[in-house]
Amino acid sequence: MPHEALLPVAITNYISLSLVIFAIGVAGVVLRRNPLIMLMSIELTWNAANLLFLAFARAWMNNAGHIFAFLVITVAAAEAAIGLAIVVVVFRAREHVDVDEVALLKG
Amino acid sequence: MIAFYILAFVLVASAVFVITARKPVYSVVGLLVHFAALAIVYFTLAAEFLAVIQIIVYSGAILMLFLFVIALLSSGVAPFSAGPNRLPNIGVPALAGVVVILGFLIYGVAHVPPARVHVFAASASSSMTGPVGAADVFGSVADFGKALFTTDLLPFEITAFILMVAVVGVILLAGESAPYVQSRRRARIVEREMREAILRAGEE
Repeated sequence: MPHEALLPVAITNYISLSLVIFAIGVAGVVLRRNPLIMLMSIELTWNAANLLFLAFARAWMNNAGHIFAFLVITVAAAEAAIGLAIVVVVFRAREHVDVDEVALLKG
Repeated sequence: MIAFYILAFVLVASAVFVITARKPVYSVVGLLVHFAALAIVYFTLAAEFLAVIQIIVYSGAILMLFLFVIALLSSGVAPFSAGPNRLPNIGVPALAGVVVILGFLIYGVAHVPPARVHVFAASASSSMTGPVGAADVFGSVADFGKALFTTDLLPFEITAFILMVAVVGVILLAGESAPYVQSRRRARIVEREMREAILRAGEE
């Protein structure tokens, strides 16, 4: 690492923290069946990735990580908007939302 | 350094709260804490613009969207009545597996041998450190903006395109389609009446 001294703590701490948050987010997607909480868990995983982008950008003194994080935030916003629109549409059709019941595309 | 561990604890605790809270509104509050702590971490990583964007876009826009949808869906009767849980009951082994895998990953990350890698030339940032907010410091808003509008203009344009597609998609999905259908139906009725009127006029 060329500039690791610039980081407040070693880069491994950031990687570990990001891994743990990502695992929590995946657990939320797998374990919860409320679509809103599943979407929030997906936001957690986006943010774990962003944290890693910014930590490595700082360690390597390279702006590209910031640009990537910016792109990720934009895509996360778009994903949240479309996901919530789908939740609203499904709720309009069937009055209560349980992701196990939304299986129209199941072959 | 102490600050990082405090923030890490807050981040993990709020993330766990998000996925364990009973009501979605509590999850939103947990997510708000999570995003605020993450913005502070971004500041310690000298990513000033991203920290501000984190607060504005995530805590401001996305969480507000979540709150609106929760308020919209909760106005009626129990919108999230959970049926029987069809997930196989393997909680303890799954948790053990996740802990083992995470432990291996973190151990591996902490003990990775120093590789001989090609060091990228430091990007457009002219100087590495300096007073917060100064123009030519790595991670400052000016530095980020310069990169965004010169070397990384294409990703920025793609961002705009993605947002436009998302807006169109949301309107197509959740927008009100009734006026369009009604006007089509009314047009068909008018057309049929006109045709009948013309036929009647021809018979006479």
